[in-house]
Amino acid sequence: MNQQPIIIVKDLVKKFGSFVANDHLTFKVKRGEIFGFLGANGAGKTTAIRILCGLSFPTSGELSVAGYNVYTQREKIKQNIGYMSQKFSLYDDLTIFENIRFYAAIYGLSKKEIDRRTDILMKKLGLEEAKKKLIRDIPLGWKQKLAFSVAIIHDPKIVFLDEPTGGVDPITRRQFWDMIYEAARNGITVFVTTHYMDEAEYCDRVSIMVDGRIAALDTPVALREKYHAKNMNEVFLQLARAQKTEVL
Amino acid sequence: MRTIFYIIQKEFIQVFRNKRMLPIIFVLPIIQLLILVNAATFEMKQINMAVVDLDLSGSSRQLTSKFQGSPFYRIISAPFSYDVAMELMQRGDVDVIMQIPYGFEKDLIKEKRTQVQLIVNAINGASAGLINAYSTNIILDFNREVLIEWLNPAEMGGIRRIVTETSYWYNPRLNYTTYMVPGILVLLVTIIALLLSGMNIVREKEIGTIEQINVTPIRKIEFIAGKLIPFWIIALFELAFGLVIGKLFFNIPIEGSLWVIFLSAGVYLFVILGFGLLISTMTNTQQQSMLVSFFFMVVFILMSGLFTAIESMPVWAQRVDLLNPIAYFIKIMRMVMLKGSSFADISNLFYALVLYAVSIISLAIWRYRKVA
Repeated sequence: MNQQPIIIVKDLVKKFGSFVANDHLTFKVKRGEIFGFLGANGAGKTTAIRILCGLSFPTSGELSVAGYNVYTQREKIKQNIGYMSQKFSLYDDLTIFENIRFYAAIYGLSKKEIDRRTDILMKKLGLEEAKKKLIRDIPLGWKQKLAFSVAIIHDPKIVFLDEPTGGVDPITRRQFWDMIYEAARNGITVFVTTHYMDEAEYCDRVSIMVDGRIAALDTPVALREKYHAKNMNEVFLQLARAQKTEVL
Repeated sequence: MRTIFYIIQKEFIQVFRNKRMLPIIFVLPIIQLLILVNAATFEMKQINMAVVDLDLSGSSRQLTSKFQGSPFYRIISAPFSYDVAMELMQRGDVDVIMQIPYGFEKDLIKEKRTQVQLIVNAINGASAGLINAYSTNIILDFNREVLIEWLNPAEMGGIRRIVTETSYWYNPRLNYTTYMVPGILVLLVTIIALLLSGMNIVREKEIGTIEQINVTPIRKIEFIAGKLIPFWIIALFELAFGLVIGKLFFNIPIEGSLWVIFLSAGVYLFVILGFGLLISTMTNTQQQSMLVSFFFMVVFILMSGLFTAIESMPVWAQRVDLLNPIAYFIKIMRMVMLKGSSFADISNLFYALVLYAVSIISLAIWRYRKVA
């Protein structure tokens, strides 16, 4: 396996006016790992992920994604990444199949390839019967799984998931993480943001963001040991509180 | 290129699946065409008149009866005081008052000249002008008859009159339907095209799918083209539909070639759709987009020359109208449909539209940002 990091971020700063959303973030993501990006709401997770996906300009910093420069090779990056946003992003008034076909076609897959992948996907998700159902008529859990599948329909090198499990039940969340593991086994690097601390345990490495800064970055086990915590939730609370006292 | 096809396919599915959109696109315009064409007319069919005859002579009655004989006038009152007539006008019951002064006939015979007074309700300037013109005509006609009746034949021989024979070209019977249909067709196609395109991209912004598209390697030009073409096809189809309705219900003339009509329409629609997409890229909600589109639409329509002649607008307004795409297309449509103008006749207007289309679509592509 190529050990060159697939995402390199050095001193990333993003400001909105005087508000600093990302304050000198520095981290590397290894090829094929599941990288968790944790933090409370408003900690700057989504801002960072949007910059890495080429949806937003960084204020400053050096960034490389899949070997391409975020400033100058944004379209190259887009060929190699998948993205599932926090805001649900399949077309409500299209069927499951029509959504898959549309996104796959935008990535330039051939008609034959679209049909083949759709079939595999439908079987995997157990949705063969529901292929012609409108998105608006299927439950949220299905939608999320489908949105994830659509995000990786073109076999990207990296997939960015922005709070993919918001609002779904624990069983579906578990199934969702099974899908993430499968994608990782197939060599896709997974970059996932969440504010569910139990999900952090599923990641290879996690970085914890507090107020726009990375407060800690390591494997879940190492973090638990370092902060003498039973679980990631305690780690997070200690870090968040520490930050608060610092500010005060 | 294949990407464009898939976007078009998706847009068509979405339009035809939307049960509320379909009637708006196809039924409403037809109803509007039928209603507007019959309602938006300048013809004065019935002018309500009050005659204040203070002379009560043979001549004054003769003049009154000339008005009575006209199909356009209805004398609804003949009071003996000006004040009563004025009250009627205040209430809006009469459009015009004719006051024949005491001594009308006597002056006519002795002084060879006399006066009548016309008071026209000019709240609506256009119809006031028409009423004045109609009335003056009738009075002149009366004047002529008086001359013939009273002057002796010998003297008559000495009077040479110049008679103006007016013939109206391109719309010989001054049929307002013929005049209005091409313009109203333009409006309907414009409204549909502008609203559909104006709401489109902004709708994807609202539901969040635009993000999903912006993270793909899709090229901006492909995306915009994929958004333009479906509505272009729908609007052209609608124009064809409207022409058929116009032909069937109003028997409007189509003197020129359909080929020229559709070629110009094709370019014109790119201007309007480009405009809509530009608005769509610059706004964040469908409501904002609607308001902005509405603003431009009202200004463009009122200045389009559909209701008022562009030639009679002040010079600055005529200059502003150089930027009004609707004005160009209404002119083209009237020229081609009524006069049978060829492509060569409208080529200047046509190339102006081409230039407009290219600029506005380039602007829309440039304004559409994949990165915020």
